[in-house]
Amino acid sequence: MPKLTVNDVEVEVEDGSTVLHACEAAGVEIPRFCYHDRLSIAGNCRMCLVDMERAPKPIASCAMPAGDGMVIRTDTDRVKKAREGVMEFLLINHPLDCPICDQGGECDLQDQAMGYGLDGSRFSENKRAVDNKHMGPLISTVMTRCIHCTRCVRFATEVAGVPELGAIGRGESMEITTYLEKTLASELSANVIDLCPVGALTSRPYAFAARPWELNKVETIDVMDALGSNIRVDARGAQVMRVLPRLNEDINEEWISDKTRYAIDGLRRQRLDKPYARGRDGRLHPVSWDEALKSLASALRKAKPNMIGAIAGNQADAESLYALKSLMTRLGSPNLDCRQDGAKIGGNRAGYLFNSTIAGIDDADAVLIIGSNPRIEAAVLNARIRRNWLSSRMPVGVVGPKVDLTYDADFLGQDPAILDALADGSHKFAAKLKKAKKPMIIIGMGALARADGAAMLGKARQIAEGYGVVTKEWNGFNVLHNAAARVGGLDLGFLPARGGMDIAAMGKAAMAGKLDLLWLLGADEIDFEPFASSFVVYQGHHGDAGAHHADLVLPGAAYTEKDGIYVNTEGRVQYATRAAFPPGDAREDWTIIRAVSGAVGKSIGFDTLAELREALCAEYPHFADADEIAPAKWASFGGRAKLSAEPVGQAFDNFYMTCAISRASETMAECVRASSADHGAAVAAE
Amino acid sequence: MSIEDRIASDQPDSFAFSKDNEAEIKRIIAKYPKGRQASAVMPLLDLAQRQHENWIPMKAIELIAAKLDMAEIRVLEVATFYTMFNLKPVGKYFLQACTTTPCWLRGSDEMMRAIKDRYQISSGQTSACGRFSLLEVECLGACVNAPILQVNDDFYEDLDYQSTGALLDSLEADAPLAVGSVLGRSGSEAAAGATTLAAGKPAKATKKRSAANA
Amino acid sequence: MLNDADRIFTNIYGWGDAGLKGAKARGDWDKTAKLLALGHDEIVERMKASGLRGRGGAGFPTGLKWSFMPKEVKDRPHYLVVNADESEPGTCKDRDIIRHEPHKLLEGCVVAGFAMRAHAAYIYIRGEFVNEARRLQAAIDEAYDAGLLGKDAAKSGWAFDIYLHRGAGAYICGEETALLESLEGRKGQPRLKPPFPAGVGLYGCPTTVNNVESIAVAPTILRRGADWFAGLGKENNTGTKLFCISGHVNSPCNVEEEMGIPLRELLEKHAGGVRGGWDNLLAVIPGGSSTPLMPKDVCADITMDFDALRNAGTGLGTAGIIVMDKSTDVVKAISRLSYFYKHESCGQCTPCREGTGWMWRMMERLVRGEAESHEIDTLEQVTRQIEGHTICALGDAAAWPIQGLIKHFRPEIERRIAARHAVDAVNAAE
Repeated sequence: MPKLTVNDVEVEVEDGSTVLHACEAAGVEIPRFCYHDRLSIAGNCRMCLVDMERAPKPIASCAMPAGDGMVIRTDTDRVKKAREGVMEFLLINHPLDCPICDQGGECDLQDQAMGYGLDGSRFSENKRAVDNKHMGPLISTVMTRCIHCTRCVRFATEVAGVPELGAIGRGESMEITTYLEKTLASELSANVIDLCPVGALTSRPYAFAARPWELNKVETIDVMDALGSNIRVDARGAQVMRVLPRLNEDINEEWISDKTRYAIDGLRRQRLDKPYARGRDGRLHPVSWDEALKSLASALRKAKPNMIGAIAGNQADAESLYALKSLMTRLGSPNLDCRQDGAKIGGNRAGYLFNSTIAGIDDADAVLIIGSNPRIEAAVLNARIRRNWLSSRMPVGVVGPKVDLTYDADFLGQDPAILDALADGSHKFAAKLKKAKKPMIIIGMGALARADGAAMLGKARQIAEGYGVVTKEWNGFNVLHNAAARVGGLDLGFLPARGGMDIAAMGKAAMAGKLDLLWLLGADEIDFEPFASSFVVYQGHHGDAGAHHADLVLPGAAYTEKDGIYVNTEGRVQYATRAAFPPGDAREDWTIIRAVSGAVGKSIGFDTLAELREALCAEYPHFADADEIAPAKWASFGGRAKLSAEPVGQAFDNFYMTCAISRASETMAECVRASSADHGAAVAAE
Repeated sequence: MSIEDRIASDQPDSFAFSKDNEAEIKRIIAKYPKGRQASAVMPLLDLAQRQHENWIPMKAIELIAAKLDMAEIRVLEVATFYTMFNLKPVGKYFLQACTTTPCWLRGSDEMMRAIKDRYQISSGQTSACGRFSLLEVECLGACVNAPILQVNDDFYEDLDYQSTGALLDSLEADAPLAVGSVLGRSGSEAAAGATTLAAGKPAKATKKRSAANA
Repeated sequence: MLNDADRIFTNIYGWGDAGLKGAKARGDWDKTAKLLALGHDEIVERMKASGLRGRGGAGFPTGLKWSFMPKEVKDRPHYLVVNADESEPGTCKDRDIIRHEPHKLLEGCVVAGFAMRAHAAYIYIRGEFVNEARRLQAAIDEAYDAGLLGKDAAKSGWAFDIYLHRGAGAYICGEETALLESLEGRKGQPRLKPPFPAGVGLYGCPTTVNNVESIAVAPTILRRGADWFAGLGKENNTGTKLFCISGHVNSPCNVEEEMGIPLRELLEKHAGGVRGGWDNLLAVIPGGSSTPLMPKDVCADITMDFDALRNAGTGLGTAGIIVMDKSTDVVKAISRLSYFYKHESCGQCTPCREGTGWMWRMMERLVRGEAESHEIDTLEQVTRQIEGHTICALGDAAAWPIQGLIKHFRPEIERRIAARHAVDAVNAAE
């Protein structure tokens, strides 16, 4: 713990800190462009120069290790001159196009020029012009503005693990580009936009859409995967304009996936903005809420209670899940399921959580991934695995398809028998698990959402128990979900009640004409065929598969349009906040269920969201603890049956389109086109 | 500058190293510790360039990236950072004229003029016949023998307008002059005669070629 | 004048056989094992005692530099890296060592490598020296064949390998950490220091980077004794040195002379004197392009050593002497150097990337007088804004020649501006 003096203030900093950290600890602001806490140190912008006693020239504080007894000054004339000099150099070739630059108002160069620069320019030569570079559908480039800090290059190489960005040429003709201007092939690519301290890399979908100061900024939670990334939604009126990451060290740090950021244009398309009912002509016709509620009430009354089912989708908030569960209970139906994909999970909480926590990945020293492709199922989490691997080269084994995870992995194969061999120690990767002090298992829906999912889960538990994955201090048994609603749904028991049917059984019953009514709460990703003869109610926000198969459509709110509770894959409870209102006649979902309960005369007992939450938390207390993870006790879970021979897969293949919103997103569609175009070119080249 | 300005617009569809070069690549990689094969990127780019009429196509960049387990952009970075890698075709005789101050003081302008007068080309251009490309380069590190014209691998030294013309004549006839000083001095000895090491001086020192030039 | 008997590089002009036979006849590889028998630390001590200062430009004591290497080899091997990326305008001495005295360099590698407990040396030679690299590789092959390199180098019991690595056109790779980056297969962009190469160098291992000449003189120093070397030259500036004399002299040449020799004596004895006589001298750049020029009056009495030149506001650098007579357009001569630095800037850090281009463009206008006189001050200030603010010394090297020009030739620049303004005024009146 070195002690040093910064402008006469004595500070003590952690070992391994830099002079820049020490200055910050002393409350002294150090301007910087290239330095970033989560990237390697480049030391190239030279903005952070400070004076160090006995040093003949100013030192780059970002790169200088803090040493005991150092005497640092940041308030000398020499430091002031150095900063002014660097500012002037950065500006001489930077275009003065701030009025038409999307970075305007949130530009480091603008801000620091105000703080540390001079008021005029002495540069009377021609400014340099640099051709813009193609980087794909998400990143817009104005390369003349680039100040060569290389943050983007370091992010792509280090964090995203796709070393595709570089700086070609040298000297003043150095230029940032991808190889031959290919699309930056990363699920995290757009984070370079946030990292770019100037307007060289800006958001292409958001180009010239708004100025930061005219936006209403709401801090909330993402639902595009099960991480619950912390985000800020910027809206102008009813329109969500952009999504930005919000710092949460335990979850997403300061990154978000491209889908989290850019699926939002899907919020404007194919929206359900009024109720619809299927007419005698077989088509959906708009109806009033009154008509819709009446028609649903009468259908519910007609249906036998045990022939009513409800399936929840992947983005349902806990409140609407709880409301619907309450209604189903009141109606006397035990047929509930929140597992659209048929995953064989539920019951003991340790059996469906990412127990180590996401941050726990940092401590792991070996990972076995079963039936998951974390790169596309949880891109930000995958970057954490990569970071650990980068520094530790820990062994990573994968039972599942061979894919590029951005780190080296042993692909053990897709045969479930490998799990048996791992369990009995006969597989050679077992030795690596055995050697590890904090081994981790990550099991995904590629293993659990299959007929023998319960046996898979049981086998994974057996491996975990056999290799010290679960000890007193460490629980490295991790289920990786991809549905934001899933853990919440499991926690509050949106599952078949005693004698109730799960999704597969409901399908069978429907085929046999024994399911009168099916209520889909935003469920678009199921096989609809078995339910052709049931009366299908779709409650949701998009005219996607669910609505297409529905007899009655109730327009709900998307995640940005309602307050809601989500529980992420770790079991962390998070409260999302409304950033805009749902379109047209669409309503917040719990209110719809509340209205139906009234219409059908089965009151569920709450009239406000606060009352609903009170009831929810009374029954499931951990929902009250925002940002907390209720501890899950290890217990027996999973089945003991023999595993089938069916190859182990992954949850899905197409990162960009996994929900009704992202499927409606033109931007996501462009990403799919761009990645297949580059992929096609690569295949042709081989 | 866009990438189109940096690389040839006409790119071959494929590139493969010759059998001899494949063997050479093995020898080169063996110079570096295991896992440090990226060290071989410059030698491999040089090999590719020598094999491919003195310029490197993108297919070679991609092949080298694959061979050395490097990202393609990293190889392209290297290929565009170092000035000796040609990413566009050059003529059979690649004339690299040093015009940095020591050569300039000794008349590199005259050397340049001789080339320009003959082929009407300036730096970065290729003669109408396609056989001569000119590039103004920075200090070649032979300053006491200035001015220097590097023709492909070889340094021609102590040039003036006339001797540059004679050199070009010889290249046109595909019978290049002897490499080194056109004044015939050995290495960097004084043209008027060396003032030191008299004992080791051969009888006709000024006629002798230095070892490297032989 | 130095006696021929005290000259180290006796085949510097390539009159004799540069091969192993010739080299042995000149005393190279003579009982090398005996030199190594001195032991690692004793060699370092003797090098320190010789007073040899690095011949690559910075003049850092060579023995001291070697002593920075860890005294024990732990999990990481040690490396010697030889900087043969000779690219400083005005400098062409290493080229002659490589092509005419390659075995001095190779034997020096064994001695120096052994002293720093390295079993391998990489020689990084500039890419343009194609023929020189061929010559050096031939010498390496010869040395292996003769058992002077390899598992039992020169029968010393010490395993030593030498690998030649060619650059590809980048002055910046003469900066030692840029050279290491390049050697590792990346762009030649200097590293941040600390850590220094002796701790974290090539492939993350302890490394010392030395100039060709520094290494090549080591065996002779050890054979003839540190006292012999220390007895030549001046205090703190000992030994002999290869000087490169280019530009406006009657007979440009390389010559080995004693450190501290008066500049005028050097030029007149070995290079036939200034073209048109001493009085025709305008200025001299004494140590390669990055050292500030000296006007004639300073040249008259100056001696060629680190300390004297530093005191005169310039430096010995690489001892690449560029002579300019009165016919020289001195503003253009320096502007051409500014272009050089702009061209060679690696682009990594802001002051150099942006500043070198700005300085060159201002210099070009000053050549033609197309400027206001206050812009001379602006230019001066820009050089100060670069100096000391960059990752490596290229920024300083680009700044110093301009500072020297303004210091000594400001009236000439002002004259041009005035003349240009006068022409403009006449044109405007017409």
